Amino acid sequence: MPDIRAFFLVIGFAVTRETKQVELTGAEIFVRSLVEQGIDYVFGYPGGAVLPIYDALYQQDELEHVLVRHEQAATHAADGYARSTGRPGVVLVTSGPGATNAVTGIATAYMDSIPMVVFTGQVPTALIGNDAFQEVDSVGITRPCVKHNFLVKDVNDLAVTIRKAFYVAMTGRPGPVVVDIPKDVAAARAEFHYPKRISMRSYSPVTKGHPRQIKKAIDLMLTAKRPMLYTGGGVILANASSQLTELTKLLGYPLTNTLMGLGAFPATHKQNLGMLGMHGTYEANMGMHHCDVLIAIGARFDDRVTGNIDKFCPTASVIHVDIDPASISKNVKVDVPIVGPVDQVLKEMLKVLKESKQKPDAAAQKAWWKQIEEWRAMDCLKYDRDSELIKPQYVLETLYDVTGGKAFVTSDVGQHQMWAAQFYKFDKPNRWINSGGLGTMGFGLPAAMGVQIAHPKETVACITGEGSIQMCIQELSTCKQYGLPLKVINLNNGCLGMVRQWQQFFYDGRYAMSYMESLPDFVKLAEAYGHVGMQITKPEDVEPALKEAFGMKDRLVFMDFLTDKKENVYPMIPAGAGQNEMILV
Amino acid sequence: MRHIISILMENEAGALSRVAGLFSARGYNIESLTVAPTEDESLSRMTLVTTGTDEVIEQITKQLNKLIDVVKLMDMHEGPHIEREMMLIKVRAAGATREEVKRLADIFRGRIIDVSDTIYTIEVTGTSEKLDAFVGAITQTDIIEVVRSGVTGIARGERALHV
Ligand SMILES: Cc1ncc(C[n+]2csc(CCOP(=O)(O)OP(=O)(O)O)c2C)c(N)n1
Repeated sequence: MPDIRAFFLVIGFAVTRETKQVELTGAEIFVRSLVEQGIDYVFGYPGGAVLPIYDALYQQDELEHVLVRHEQAATHAADGYARSTGRPGVVLVTSGPGATNAVTGIATAYMDSIPMVVFTGQVPTALIGNDAFQEVDSVGITRPCVKHNFLVKDVNDLAVTIRKAFYVAMTGRPGPVVVDIPKDVAAARAEFHYPKRISMRSYSPVTKGHPRQIKKAIDLMLTAKRPMLYTGGGVILANASSQLTELTKLLGYPLTNTLMGLGAFPATHKQNLGMLGMHGTYEANMGMHHCDVLIAIGARFDDRVTGNIDKFCPTASVIHVDIDPASISKNVKVDVPIVGPVDQVLKEMLKVLKESKQKPDAAAQKAWWKQIEEWRAMDCLKYDRDSELIKPQYVLETLYDVTGGKAFVTSDVGQHQMWAAQFYKFDKPNRWINSGGLGTMGFGLPAAMGVQIAHPKETVACITGEGSIQMCIQELSTCKQYGLPLKVINLNNGCLGMVRQWQQFFYDGRYAMSYMESLPDFVKLAEAYGHVGMQITKPEDVEPALKEAFGMKDRLVFMDFLTDKKENVYPMIPAGAGQNEMILV
Repeated sequence: MRHIISILMENEAGALSRVAGLFSARGYNIESLTVAPTEDESLSRMTLVTTGTDEVIEQITKQLNKLIDVVKLMDMHEGPHIEREMMLIKVRAAGATREEVKRLADIFRGRIIDVSDTIYTIEVTGTSEKLDAFVGAITQTDIIEVVRSGVTGIARGERALHV
């Protein structure tokens, strides 16, 4: 086999317009490129291989660098920034351990299709492959969890590679892109051209859905007797929430959101049946199971959504709109596939629908809604409101009330995440920020930092558990440095609740390692980091404490709620079961 | 079913490992894989033989297309095509078997490309089945070494994979 590295040529893109020419170092080119790209924040951590870049950052004031305490947090913070703004997050870490620490955050962003560009330092080109100090094959390690990655071997390719990285990260189905920059490349000089626009012959995302398919989809939707809209994170990524809302209201059909799709259609609207899937509502899952036309938009039929795939939507014809052709008919056979950007496709759908003479079958809809209301009346999210212990659900309901439903809410992973998704009703997109695909504990706090930095005036809450919060707790120090007035809602049940729940249900209560011993005193810990700490132990204190904490506009308040240790997340579809086989409370 | 997928990709460092990594990460089979630059130095052409149900093959082609370095690809089985593989085979050919090996090579239109007192090295080109048949026809204990290039393929007629 010939050495294809020998043909390392940057070919396959066309520069359409160029900026003015100046001789700069690679590090300066890095800075200038980000500025040209419209980037305002970089989340990072320095080290040997990126010293030239940090030196260039020091000598400018257009980019703000946020110094985290661990590279994983840099990626999550950039991710939170991206999810809450729709703009790409940017990360800068050093070679070796800096890059490996970033991998969890890169994989997290990859699973949820978040636009992000991660710059990793690399040892000098002459040392690559020599097991040099702090050398890892960053491109190799990250390959399976990035949309694409680049190793820049020549300073002359740097600006155009950065341009390509942002282009790839932000277009089509978004995702993280890694750019590995050897130290000597950052030090070398070249003329600076930052292409305004770029095209790559090997990459051209679809820009429009097929009109005939759109027409077919509308026809099918209008014949439905028991329709169901099932929408995911793709709607939020495509910034298509307003189109989805209009379409849904126009049709009058029931809708359910995935964990990633919460907020794309108002949660408080009566057509919204809540989240579906493993811990989704009874009405959403039953609606899915019994529907005759399933309209899937920007959702990917994840196993946590479908339950047992053989039992999934047995009577439905499926319409699927997605930017990624590989998502279509991957898990579930689709009858009307539409590949295209969700916002564009929905716009077209609205046009066709408005022009169509046919209207939804009113009699059938009435009967369908009657059935749905019966399911809804089961009140599947009910919990014991008279408990003497703090119920986590109660904390979240109260949080919703105290913040007027307007907060940006990040979450870690576990029971608290599911309760947050169930009980905080998101009426707007980009406000519910959680690691859905990878399920990364440790995500919540650093993601909240990114959100708060992007939205300094907004209320940002991080819902977490005593297990998850300890995975990135060091970031309380970053919060102090940058004066980020987050509110940390620690639902402290003294155990790895979600693990314990599975052990209780499926392993006969053998609670292997799901307890948490020697927990820190979170109040003192918060204070040690320079923040306000509170511990809440009684249900009647929940509301006043939340009010007090959210009243402290310029302080980070860490609220340690000691909650009922035995509470479980309901309803639940056990593994292997269909959506109609939920365990209710 | 067995499919031959031809891929034109940017001739960049790491392009091959992206394809190999995709197959191992998603648990797809690779029966053979060949790669070389094309007449256009900036492009490599890869030929990949895989097996799977129609759904799996559809996923494979979609996932390959998603790789940023992949410019274009073609599933050869969507139309008439020619497939070829080359084999170099070193066979013990002494005494009575020497004539027999020569005769078999002729039947399979193989060429003897290296000769010693006791050994013939034969080049055979054809479909994988033909090469299998040739290997099968030689007495197993006489085979010293087999090298196969992996399958390459090209569509018949006007259909072509180019940018
Ligand atoms: C990094 C990582 N390690 C392990 C897990 C597996 N896991 C999922 S939920 C969970 C327990 C989380 O406990 P806690 O943060 O206290 O939340 P709770 O479930 O109690 O609300 C664990 C260990 C994970 N999701 N992420």
